[in-house]
Formats: sequence, C-alpha cells, structure tokens
Amino acid sequence: MPTMNMIQAINSALDVCLGADPNMVVLGEDVGYFGGVFKATEGLQKKYGLTRVFDTPINELGIVGVAVGMCTYGLRPVPEIQFADYIYPAFDQLVSEAARLRYRSAGEFTAPITVRSPFGGGIFGGQTHSQSPEGIFAHVAGLKTVIPSTPYDAKGLLISAIEDNDPVIFFEPKRIYNGPFDGHYGKPVTPWSKHPASEVPEGHYRIPLGEAKVVREGEAVTILAYGTMVHVAVALAENDGIDAEVIDLRSIVPLDVETIEKSVKKTGRCVVVHEATRTGGFGAELSAIVQERCFHHLEAPVQRATGWDTPYPHSLEWAYFPGPVRLRLAIQRAMED
Amino acid sequence: MTDRTRANLPAMSLHVPEPRFRPGDAVDYAAFDRGEAGRTPRPDTAVNPADMRDHAYDLIRVLDDEGRAVGPWDPRLSPDKLLRMLKVMALTRAFDDRMYRAQRQGKTSFYMKCTGEEATGVGAAFALAGDDMIFPSYRQQAMLLARGWPLVDMMCQIYSNRGDRLKGRQLPIMYSAKEAGFFSISGNLATQMPQAVGFAMASASKGDTRIASAWCGEGSTAEGDFHSAAIFASVYRAPVILNVVNNQWAISSFSGIAGAENTTFAARAVGYGMAGLRVDGNDILAVYAATQWAAERARTNHGATIIEFFTYRAEGHSTSDDPSKYRSAEERGAWPLGDPLVRLKQHLIGLGVWDEERHAAMDKELAEEVRDAARTAEKDGILGEGLHQPLETMFEDIFEEMPRHLREQAAQLLAESKAAGR
Repeated sequence: MPTMNMIQAINSALDVCLGADPNMVVLGEDVGYFGGVFKATEGLQKKYGLTRVFDTPINELGIVGVAVGMCTYGLRPVPEIQFADYIYPAFDQLVSEAARLRYRSAGEFTAPITVRSPFGGGIFGGQTHSQSPEGIFAHVAGLKTVIPSTPYDAKGLLISAIEDNDPVIFFEPKRIYNGPFDGHYGKPVTPWSKHPASEVPEGHYRIPLGEAKVVREGEAVTILAYGTMVHVAVALAENDGIDAEVIDLRSIVPLDVETIEKSVKKTGRCVVVHEATRTGGFGAELSAIVQERCFHHLEAPVQRATGWDTPYPHSLEWAYFPGPVRLRLAIQRAMED
Repeated sequence: MTDRTRANLPAMSLHVPEPRFRPGDAVDYAAFDRGEAGRTPRPDTAVNPADMRDHAYDLIRVLDDEGRAVGPWDPRLSPDKLLRMLKVMALTRAFDDRMYRAQRQGKTSFYMKCTGEEATGVGAAFALAGDDMIFPSYRQQAMLLARGWPLVDMMCQIYSNRGDRLKGRQLPIMYSAKEAGFFSISGNLATQMPQAVGFAMASASKGDTRIASAWCGEGSTAEGDFHSAAIFASVYRAPVILNVVNNQWAISSFSGIAGAENTTFAARAVGYGMAGLRVDGNDILAVYAATQWAAERARTNHGATIIEFFTYRAEGHSTSDDPSKYRSAEERGAWPLGDPLVRLKQHLIGLGVWDEERHAAMDKELAEEVRDAARTAEKDGILGEGLHQPLETMFEDIFEEMPRHLREQAAQLLAESKAAGR
C-alpha cells in the first residue's frame, strides 16, 4: 500500500472521483495548471483536461455561486477556497443558497458541492491564514462539515463528501498536511511516513460521514477533538500517562452523538479541545450535548481548551494555540472532585 | 472627523442622488430621450463586443408611436405568435390583480406584481428555447406563465396550502418549477446571477445547446453577485444572457442610487468585454428581438450578453409597500414608453388581426380563468386556515436523509403539538 501525506491523499481522492464520475469538476484559484498553492490538485488538469479542472478569477462568491449553478445542470463541482479565512465572500452563496436549495425547492434542485478549504493555524499564518470557522458553518441548517486528521481519513472522508448529495464544507488542517503535529512547536516535524495512517489505498474507499473514531481508548477522561488537535491530545495523553479516551469526531455535522455519549458515560469526565475561538465555538455545542445526555454520569463540569476570543495573532501564535499546557490544565480541571 | 478645513482648499461636497420627482411633484419627461423606433442597427451576432459600444447606450425600439414595427430589429413574428404573446401578458396582469386582491383579503401574507413589466418576461420567454434554463428574480412570473405552468400550482404556492409542492416552506411567489426550466427563487438578491453562469458553463462544457437566462433588477446590479456573474460569464464566454430589468425603482430607491446617473446598466457590459444591449422594455417586439439575438450569440459560442430592459415599475414594490410615500403618482401615467399591453394591442389592431371587442372579451375570459383557478386552489386551503402540510415535513429535505438530530427534533415537535392540544 502506498504511503501518502495528507496532500497526496486528498489529491488521490480527487483523482479517484474525477476518474469515476465524468460530471465532477474541480475549480478554484490556482488549482489548474499550477496544481494549487498546496499542490492538492497537482497533475489533475493534465490528466482530466481544462474543462474538468480549471482556474477561476479571484472571486470566492463566484466560485461557489457558479458551482451551485453547475449542480442545477447536473455536474458535481468540488470548489476550492484557497484559505478558510477567505471563504466569507462566499458565505451568502453557501448559507442562503447551497444549504437551502433542496429545502426551499422541496427537492427539485440540490447542491451536491464539496467546498475544500485549508484551515487552522500553527503555521505563523497570522490573522488571515489561520482561522478555524467550522463553528459558523455547523450553525447552518443544510450544510455538512467535515474535518480529517490523517491521510487515510482525509481520502476516505473526501470521497464520501464528494459522493454525498448534500453540500459539504471540507476543512483541511494545513498544519498537518505534511505530518502530524503534537503541539510541541520547537521540535522538528515528523513526516506522515512514520505514522500508520499514512498507508492509503490507491483506489476507491469511503469513510462514512457522521462517524467518529476512538483513536485512543481510556477510562479516566474523554477528550473530544478534530483535525490537528487530535494529535495534540493523543501525544499529551501518552507523554503525561493520562488514561484519556481521545475521540476524533471527523465530521461535526452530522455528529456522532452515540460515540460521544458512550465514552463520557464510561469516563464521567469530558474535555473539548479546538483551535477556534471559544465563544460560540463548536465546543459550546459539544459541551451542551454532553451535559444534556450525560448529566448524571458527569463527575466534573465539562472543560474547554480552545483558542482565545481574539483574532489569530502572528508573533504570539503559541500563546494563542491551545497546545499541551492548556490542554493539560483543562484535563486537570476535569479530573478535580 | 476634523473640525476645521484646510484654509487654502475649498471644501468638498458629497453627492447623494435624488430622483427628479417626489410625491406631489408635477412630472415632466420632456428631457427624456427615448430615441426613435428603428434607428438602432442590428449587428451580426458574432460581432466583437468592442464594435458595439453604442448599443449599450442607445435604446433599441421596434414599435413606433403609431404601433408599427420598424427597423432592423423587427423580429417579423407571425400574427398568431403575437396574439399568443398578448394573451400571456394579459393573463399575467389578470393573475397579478387576482393575487394582489387575495393578499388584501387576508388569504395570503404577501404578493408582488409585475405590472408594466409583462413584456420583458413574456417577450424573452417566447424568444428562448423551451429547455433553456431561466434563473428568475421574484418578478418573472410572466415567464412561468409563458411556459404554460398551471395557475393552480402557482396559487397553491402563494397560499402555502396542502397543494403547495414547496410544502409551505417558501414565502409566496418564490416559485420553483424544474419541469418548466424555472429555477427556485431565492429571497437573497442577485444570487441567481452567478448560478445561471455556472449552469451555462456546465452546458457548454458538456457540449450541449442549452443556454441560461438570468434575471435581476437594476437595484440588484449593485450586489457583488452581479460582478461575480459578469466576470465569470466574460472569462469563460458562458452561454448566458444577463437580463437587467431597469424599472427605475428598487423599493423606494430610484435607479440613480444604483448608479444610473453616471451610465446605463447595459454599459456595464463594456467594461467586462461583453455584448450589451439597451432595450425598450415596454416594446415586446424589441424584447423578443434582443433576446433572440443574445440567445443566438450564446449558442454559437460568442459568449454572454447583458441586456438592460428599460421599463417602469407601475405598481408598488410589493403588497407591503406604498409608493405614494416616495414618488410622484403622475409618473406611471406620464411614462414615455407607455404600457406594454396597450402598445402590442395597438400594433395588432394596426395589422388588422385584433380589435377592442376581442380584447375586452379576452380580458373577461382570462379573469374568469384566473378566478376559477383561485377557487380550485382555495379548496386546498389558504394561509393560516389549517390546511397546511403535516408538521414533520418541516424537517424533510434539509438533507437527502434526515440525520439523527433532526429526527429527534421532529419527535420533540410532535410531542409539543400534542402537549398544546393541537
């Protein structure tokens, strides 16, 4: 089985889907000849031609708007937004159009688009190359939101997202494109090839949307994570010898409530970790769900280790990023009583 | 903000456009240059956009003041086709009148007429192929009627009743009719413009022959979506017609607030390197001819056209609007391009194929047809009368399959309904 990093796995998913479905198209800024600023679409235009994989004007509203219109014709577009920080010009087309088209037309028209977008920080990206806006999209009825944490999952989830008949926001944690990141920013990056999830089948396979994965079993505390933070949580539990159960949610809409509920009822404690800002973040929804469903099993209040309620800073990046120390303190709070 | 200006420079001033006439003002359109019917040349549909700059500033007109069809844009339609177009225009007006009244009677919450703009929808619909895709705004009901869509179906949508295919989810008049090639209407302005371009790009990339017809008002051209649509249409030479219905008013804002003091809306095409046509929107022959021209241009891979239909919104913006609060009541009567129905009627009478008696009989017959349809639709309920869709349908079609959290909420709603004794 070939070894792939996350970029290669995403490229492979796009390749598999383009090969299988003549109605699929890839569009976005610099995705064509150049193959994307992160190389996720490298070689695809050459293989599938100009009308299947093509560059667009710098206009996110237009990229998503024409993609929705293409669906009306019967295509299956996979638009790329170069950075999640730049998805906002397309917000109206996503929220008012793609998300509601099936509902408002009672199923006459649908928008089976998959919007890929690199997201998350930890790369000195400053304010506009680091954001994690998943909570904003989770709030929108009609959109699915998916976030992989490994090359294997990235490919399987992306294929599922593309084949899904609902609009999917597919956020790719760019900090872990080339290797898992445990939050110890001073250490050199470990490449994916050292990680078992870098073994990625060449052909078609799917990982269902809405299914979380228990990536580390434990009895003492449940950690709910996705994207880069999965690796931070697993590494901390290993290094500190914490008997933590780490759950990689993988998709936040639809959410795998059963897996969360089962784990928290077992451990009695829960920590939610995400890089996005705290107030109104997806962690608030997770915390509320755990409180509603596991109240009598909880030994301590649900804790949140998140980014601060500030724009993502440049020089103070590691003071913003919810790394091992912030997560450790949150776990300690959850272990009190 | 500074409290002093630099003494050596004159103070600047901000220009805020104001319409020429406000409530109570006498209306005088003497300064309005409506051009002369027949004077605008008709270029080859393969023309280079750079060679048709004048078309974006002129006003293409076919019907002259006596109702004769003149000049190179005369589409030379058969009397039979003209009569069918007249009938759909009259049906649209009858439908609007009836549904407006239904709103006033409390049978529904909302309605929007297209009175005075019937020629734009009907003329364009007749010039398109039946399977070309329309991406309408909320004022293209004439196009749906031109495609023969059942009145009862439209009325059930307006009443949000048990017969509403959209299951009572949408505000009245936000139709969706895939079978008629009529895209689902959104409340968010101009979003349909880039979507139409996407449809057109898809059609071209698949080697199809279908084109897209996108519609917005002059007010909505100020939205970013209009720019997005235009730049994508231009870059990919998408087979799309971007129609701008310039009816002079965006609710209470006159067209100057959308930029009309400085240029025409058709002239937006010049900057994008597209063909642009400015057309008398109350002259259905000119509307038909311009659409036919742009459709042929699109179908032969020469790209998109922006058409500005110059017309007048004769009624209020919606049933929630009172235009007497912001514009002169004399405007409608004094409008120099007249009434599109009256002008086509005059033309047909001039051809000797129509007369006032037959016209009056047609109006009466259409009023009865609309009344009968309304009675049929009302059997399935009117808004708030209880003949709505089952409660749990609220949760359907959000996703293809209902996820767990929505199944739970549907169960909670049913429990709530039971607790409320409903």
